[in-house]
Amino acid sequence: MTTTGSGERLPPALRTEALEQLLTERGLIDPKVMNGIITEYETNVGPLNGAKVVAKAWTDPEYRRRLLQDGTAAIKELGFSGPQGEHIVVVENTPTTHHVVVCTLCSCYPWPVLGLPPSWYKDPAYRARVVKEPRTVLSEMGLDLDDDVQITVHDSTSEVRWLVLPERPAGTEHLTEEELVSLVTRDAMVGVAKVAAP
Amino acid sequence: MTAPLDIEGPAAPPRSNGELVFSEPWESRAFGMAVSLYEAGAFTWPQFQAALIARIAAWEATPARDEPYPYYRLWLAALEDVLVGLCAVSTDEVTARAQALAQRPPGHDHRDDPGHEHHHARDRSQS
Repeated sequence: MTTTGSGERLPPALRTEALEQLLTERGLIDPKVMNGIITEYETNVGPLNGAKVVAKAWTDPEYRRRLLQDGTAAIKELGFSGPQGEHIVVVENTPTTHHVVVCTLCSCYPWPVLGLPPSWYKDPAYRARVVKEPRTVLSEMGLDLDDDVQITVHDSTSEVRWLVLPERPAGTEHLTEEELVSLVTRDAMVGVAKVAAP
Repeated sequence: MTAPLDIEGPAAPPRSNGELVFSEPWESRAFGMAVSLYEAGAFTWPQFQAALIARIAAWEATPARDEPYPYYRLWLAALEDVLVGLCAVSTDEVTARAQALAQRPPGHDHRDDPGHEHHHARDRSQS
């Protein structure tokens, strides 16, 4: 155990490099494939994907229906799929119902539509508190909801990854789907913010 | 990150309130390893997730936590847990290799920046 203890205190960069070397030598990983995966998540997979899904749902009632019925399939229609996207359930915010997403045990998050989670989503404080006092936590994050708005907190501990379909802001009826995409934020799709009109 | 980053353009990394996806290159390597191994079928995601949950729970149960939440350190530990469980590597092997890497003389650290190859790959893709 002494070895393990001191070993775990080595800088994580060194342990990571050591592990990568050993796995490469054993043919368990291919650094080229791995580089491709990292580049993909650093540059391509992000909330823009989810914003496209939301804007389409706002402008295409038939797509919205499919999205709420089978999130994974409707999201795949736009070409977004992959790890952590196998079972995405979409919930719709309305003037009277507000949905917010958390992973209480770790960091489950719908990667194909939102990319990797931000720090606050992984933070122990958010994970513990948003379940117990969602209204307070949302208010601290800048979202004040009226007392008569019902808040539902969705915990992504099972296989399910949740995506919030935010309310389309008033006064955006004249905007095109493309213009709407740029309004949709990651925070709105997690449910800790609303989409603001431009 | 040592490579110049495209901040605003189409190749800009996804940011959240100015926050990069990975704060240090090794975090991206630890992330990439887990996803590569999962995609190659080395383990299922629920297996990895259970190990991650256990590491997070253990850290949260530690009484005096004065360090910032070390998410990717726990991620890396969980990955090691799973791989040790599969007998793909042993903890002592990883420790020994890491200690050997720590002995490299300064200047002989071409491979020290684990993002090195990766950034070249990105540079090429942009040209």
